[in-house]
Amino acid sequence: MKDLFSRSLQTTIIFLIVGGILALAFGGYFSSVSNRLTGGLVSAQDWFAVRYQAIQQFLSAPRDIITLRARNAELESEISQLQTQVIDLQQRVSQTEILAALVDFSRANPESSYKAASVIGRDPSPFLHYIIINRGSNDGILRGMPVVTNQGLVGRIDAVIADAARVQLITDPASTVNVHLKDANTDAVLLGSVTGDISLDMISQDAAVQGGDLILTSGLGGGYPPDLIVGQVINVRKLDYELFQQATVQSAVDFSRLDIVLVITNFRAVDITPLLPTPSP
Amino acid sequence: MRNIIAIPLLALAVILQSTLVSQFSLLAGFADLILVMLAAWALQKGVTTAFQWAFLASIMISTVSHLPWIVNLAGYFGVVLLAVLLQYRVWQAPLLAMFTVTFLGTLFMHLLSFLYLRFSGDPLPFGDSMGLITLPSLLLNLLLSIPMYGLMRDLAGWVFPVQEQP
Repeated sequence: MKDLFSRSLQTTIIFLIVGGILALAFGGYFSSVSNRLTGGLVSAQDWFAVRYQAIQQFLSAPRDIITLRARNAELESEISQLQTQVIDLQQRVSQTEILAALVDFSRANPESSYKAASVIGRDPSPFLHYIIINRGSNDGILRGMPVVTNQGLVGRIDAVIADAARVQLITDPASTVNVHLKDANTDAVLLGSVTGDISLDMISQDAAVQGGDLILTSGLGGGYPPDLIVGQVINVRKLDYELFQQATVQSAVDFSRLDIVLVITNFRAVDITPLLPTPSP
Repeated sequence: MRNIIAIPLLALAVILQSTLVSQFSLLAGFADLILVMLAAWALQKGVTTAFQWAFLASIMISTVSHLPWIVNLAGYFGVVLLAVLLQYRVWQAPLLAMFTVTFLGTLFMHLLSFLYLRFSGDPLPFGDSMGLITLPSLLLNLLLSIPMYGLMRDLAGWVFPVQEQP
């Protein structure tokens, strides 16, 4: 009986001690001790975990590297495909923008009918300024037809075969275009050069030409239709002892970036050579 | 039979000249791929078809150029003739011969083009043509002549394989 009492007492005391410890712990009285204890445990666990992971990686690394390399190759291939697609789409966007501008131009000038053509080459001789386009007699292109972009006059068809044509640019040294200076209300002749620059000559000494004046085709001579934009006057050279004024011109078209052009198909150039007076002997 | 390679090769050169090479200009001049190719080909040992190549090249280039085929033919024949004349005189220094043919050939070709255009009425000033077209083209042709000579040497080795003595 005494033993039973003492055991019950011991159990009760143990419960009370454990309960007291728990109560103290929940009350926060053992926080510093528990922190040290748990901190030590966490550190130990961390130490073991790091070593374990390192060993696991070491053991499984070769398989992972092979997998990663294969995956890397796949991704690189995918990236190159996507880059190709991006370049292709950028080109299409660029072409679409050009075509949209050309369509706007043709809508704004409904009196002419147009045939769009891509520039596929240039004359191999550096002395000449000609381009090759991918439309020919099969598309109704004829010699002498004017070629334009939405920016302005490019040139005219010089030679035609079935599926291609050669265009003489207005920058060619042999090119002459009769033009009209709108602001000065006078006519002049636009000339090309070996460098690709264009200039005006035969401007009357009486004309008041200024920088910025707009240059349009005059239609004289029958080589080009009237009122096509050619460019702007940059500066004028006027010398009293000369018969005419000259001017340098900023072309409206960027000839170094010609991709797509429009051929005016309802214009027939008139050859007035037989009408020109020949000097009598 | 392997000489037939001239047809696709020259066609490719004409296409490259028209689409690519003429875009890379220095001042107003650019390289003449066909001229350099013909010069390099004519300077190779064992090559006997250089004039045929020149004829073919002038016909092909005339399909895209405003210059008449006879001007191109005369120019390219002049280049090949110069190469043939120099081949055995400067045989110990093939690159020197290549530079000489490229230099003189470019001048000859440009002189012919200039004279034709002047006589046909184009107002080409000589000074501008020389300074802005011929000299830059000359420099580009000389730069192009080094790799082209190597390419043509390999091609000549393939077309005319050396027969070893037993």
